[in-house]
Amino acid sequence: MPLIEAKHLSKSYGALRAVHDVSFSVDRGEVVGFLGPNGAGKSTTMKMLTGHLRADAGAALIAGLDVAEEAVQAKQRLGYSPEGAPAYGEMTVREFLRFAADLRGLADPAGSVRRTLTLCRLEEVAAQGIDTLSKGYRMRVGFAQAVLHDPEALILDEPTDGLDPNQKHEVRRILKEMATTKAVIVSTHILEEVGELCTRVILIAKGEIRCDESREKFLARGTDPNAVFRRLTA
Amino acid sequence: MTSPAPAAPGLKPFAAMLRREFAGYFRTPLAYVFLAVFNAFAVSLAFFVGGLYESGVASLDRFFLYHPWLWAFLAPAAGARLWAEERRQGTLELLLTWPITVWQAALGKFLAAWLFLACALLMTLPVAFTVGWLGDPDWGVIVSGYAGSLLCAGACLGVAAVASALTRSQVIAFVTGFLGCFLLVLVGYGVFDELLAGLFGPAGIDEIRRLGLWRNLEPFTLGLVDVRPIAYFLSVAFAGLGLSTIIIERR
Repeated sequence: MPLIEAKHLSKSYGALRAVHDVSFSVDRGEVVGFLGPNGAGKSTTMKMLTGHLRADAGAALIAGLDVAEEAVQAKQRLGYSPEGAPAYGEMTVREFLRFAADLRGLADPAGSVRRTLTLCRLEEVAAQGIDTLSKGYRMRVGFAQAVLHDPEALILDEPTDGLDPNQKHEVRRILKEMATTKAVIVSTHILEEVGELCTRVILIAKGEIRCDESREKFLARGTDPNAVFRRLTA
Repeated sequence: MTSPAPAAPGLKPFAAMLRREFAGYFRTPLAYVFLAVFNAFAVSLAFFVGGLYESGVASLDRFFLYHPWLWAFLAPAAGARLWAEERRQGTLELLLTWPITVWQAALGKFLAAWLFLACALLMTLPVAFTVGWLGDPDWGVIVSGYAGSLLCAGACLGVAAVASALTRSQVIAFVTGFLGCFLLVLVGYGVFDELLAGLFGPAGIDEIRRLGLWRNLEPFTLGLVDVRPIAYFLSVAFAGLGLSTIIIERR
């Protein structure tokens, strides 16, 4: 059974067709690079997969559980970091993660928080207010809350957006470490990420899937990934 | 295959929500400003406007007389952040993808805010002790007055929750919440009497007044605990809670 599954997902905002009949599935061990221009429907698809937005048609499944019908069970198996990594700014990093752990009803909340702080290299800012952190740290806090409960399915909306090259490298390193036991979807418009991180590419434009193939196949489409991207999304 | 199902979370998410929201009030100076303002107004309205001392009666009805006004103003101030702040910070998206139902989250937030208003109310207890020291009040009446005031606060908070669910701006949430509560206060005060008499006849006025906050608080301040006003306050509170939840679910 795939850990993340989109079945004919569609969503419109008024007259605007944001996502149309999108289907794919992601298995354990896969890191899917979810590519597409801005406004292509990446975030909308992710919001439907995570149960934040209700699909007009189709279904989203996490570990075989429908996110609309069996929401709480599905969400226990899911880690999600929305675009911009929002967090409660007035809390400290540790308080925020502890709140997330308690809310998830984890058996050992203190231990989970400690392990996650180490994994995401957040120990030195653990006692700082999230509002006072630099963008790099804030993105990592968003990432930390997504992996806190060691979920089987991980969905990250532009986790490296706005990071400097060192920070990007760091996030990719952590992701690679974890990827073997999880199904991961990472949305991005940074094409170098495909080569470094992903095992598979799904490219979406104007709300429809334009290609869904292995990294090797995608990279073999041309020497300049940017040109390939422009051609496929035109 | 999937890993074993995580343990059923039960009430843990709800308890975590309640704790965070309640503590959230004290993370910013707002809480202390709020508590100070509430106390200053509650006490000065009772003594300087209501003439609590000059009346020479050991009773708190002149103190509770102004509570609908106080709650109409301060419950929306405390409730404005309930959902508006989540929307503004973008954390609503996070919260709604965590394993908690919208109902649990909404109830946790609402009860935390109500608890905070209860703290503000409890801080006025020295007024009651003063009356007790000066005279020989009926403590049963005072307790029922406090209970009524707390219920009235819940009703105003219900209105505030709806206002907060509709916007990402705390200022707009506060202003619309206040207008909603203000209307519920005015309905009891007879300023609309002529208008209402024209529309519904003299008997209609009384029925309309039953929909206002003051008319429902009055029996409590006289020590009369009746089912109807209790049902009124709880209906407004939970209707507001329910409506705000539906608004968030359908965002």
